[in-house]
Amino acid sequence: MSEGEKRIRFKRSSQLRMELLRLRRHRPAMIGLGITLLVLLVAIFAPVIAPHPYDEQNLQRMFEGPSRDYPLGTDAVGRCVFSRIVYGSRIAFLVGIVVVSIEAGIGITLGLLAGYFGGKVDTLISGITDTVWAFPPLVLALGIVTAIGPGLFNVVAAIAVVSWAPFTRITRAKVQSVREREFVEAGRAIGESDASLILRYILPNIMAPNLVLATLTFPSALLTASAMSFLGFGAQPPTPDWGALLNEGREYLRSAPWISTFPGLAILITVLGFNFLGDGLRDAFDPRLKL
Amino acid sequence: MTGMRRYVLTRIAAAIPVVLGATVIVFSIMHLTPGDPVRLILGFERASPERIAEVRAQLGLDQPIYVQYVRWLSGALRGDFGISIAAKRSASQLIFERLPYTLELTATAMLISILLGIPLGVISAVKQYTVVDHVSMAVALFWLSMPVFWLGLMLMLLFGLRLGWLPISGSSGIKSLIMPALTLGLPEIGMLARLMRSEMLEVLREDYIMTARAKGLRELIVMYKHALRNAIISVMVYLFLQIPWLVGGAVVVETVFAWPGMGRLMYKAILTKDFPIVQGVIFVIAILTVLFNLLGDIFTGFLDPRIRYE
Repeated sequence: MSEGEKRIRFKRSSQLRMELLRLRRHRPAMIGLGITLLVLLVAIFAPVIAPHPYDEQNLQRMFEGPSRDYPLGTDAVGRCVFSRIVYGSRIAFLVGIVVVSIEAGIGITLGLLAGYFGGKVDTLISGITDTVWAFPPLVLALGIVTAIGPGLFNVVAAIAVVSWAPFTRITRAKVQSVREREFVEAGRAIGESDASLILRYILPNIMAPNLVLATLTFPSALLTASAMSFLGFGAQPPTPDWGALLNEGREYLRSAPWISTFPGLAILITVLGFNFLGDGLRDAFDPRLKL
Repeated sequence: MTGMRRYVLTRIAAAIPVVLGATVIVFSIMHLTPGDPVRLILGFERASPERIAEVRAQLGLDQPIYVQYVRWLSGALRGDFGISIAAKRSASQLIFERLPYTLELTATAMLISILLGIPLGVISAVKQYTVVDHVSMAVALFWLSMPVFWLGLMLMLLFGLRLGWLPISGSSGIKSLIMPALTLGLPEIGMLARLMRSEMLEVLREDYIMTARAKGLRELIVMYKHALRNAIISVMVYLFLQIPWLVGGAVVVETVFAWPGMGRLMYKAILTKDFPIVQGVIFVIAILTVLFNLLGDIFTGFLDPRIRYE
């Protein structure tokens, strides 16, 4: 590679490099990344880490406190609380990723359409967005689950269809600012279609704020889903969903507090990790973003 | 004052389609049910054909869908959500009996979050980039990440079961209010402190702050009389918007502490598929959201004349 080529390569990637450098220097973000990766590893290697299968009952050893055999104690039917939490991390990731993907899918699509076409399309989409936004997601999701019935899948679907509004709002605003830029004009001048302009010219330029938003949406999706499981409308036994585990331990709070305490701690740590990471991404990619 | 009047009227006009849209969403909820909602509602109850017909008529489900919607809409706009299937009483009566409890809880929670969150944000901004700032923001993020239901159980474990200071459920006087209000209010500190900090930092960059300092005013006066007073406006608007969200969060908190509010009513209604109650509560919360949004807009418009003429 010649000196000139090197310089060009450096220049092209310099913005992303700057951003990554800023991210690397952001201590909370690195802590958050560490926590997130740790939880991810736990989820991937759950069978190796968990000392027992998550649904293995041992009726001789119910309500035992933490011990060597059962690091975080046992529950009402002698299942290992630690193993259940370890397996629960898989559900937490699954729920978070699915909810965020659906939300981002709906939200970004609507935002692109509203921002690009403007006019009546914008009025209609913005109206729908404002209306959905008038409901706290938890409340509307609970309403939907009343109708379609409880279950993890239903909860995930309900949360996803009620809380995409932030993606639409951010995308719409960004598209409006990008739409009139020279490179889009240039694309239009060489006869690119609307679809091509949206997907190849505009979309890549609105990804940064959406990435930040997705990182910050993950923990809130996890909190909402756990709240619904905690109320008994989400994952059903014996699924080791963290919210459901907390609910199972509620009755025994006095005699066996470990059953509820540790799953809640797992939720708190995971959510904290994602929030730290999301903050760091925001500071690195788009410090002026108000999220 | 005419500018203000026009501004308020435009804001109200803008809120109307949202309310109508909300009625469509709330009305549609019951019709998301796969199969016959009446059978779902009656569940395993060995319902006679007469009972099925009775509930169907009671819910108006024997009518075409648009008639059902119009009937539901005209009822809902007058605060009538139909008859509760479980209690066989007016759903709105049940809801409005419980609403004061929820509002009491929400107001107390909000007070707690204001008293703790705003000072945290201000201190953080004043001491920007110092240890105090970093610690305060870590504390804020900690509360922001808190699962409400877990916090409730932990408070219950500590203050109710271990120390025995506070009752773990019910609503017997001020003592029963403390734990539910802390559970709902403490996680709010996070967002509030972060917002307060960023607004404060923005104001501190303004010219009039420099002017105040150049005049030789004491730093304390600059901070609290000039900066805080201006920064707090958008924080107050945020608080307006936060009220309906807290009312929503009350579903979880009231269930944990058996607090006899609207949220617990909704929780029980979900278990029994009591649609008129569920729809009523959701609609009340949506109306609160629209209302407080409107109040927030009017409040800013009142304090900041520039916004009115946009």
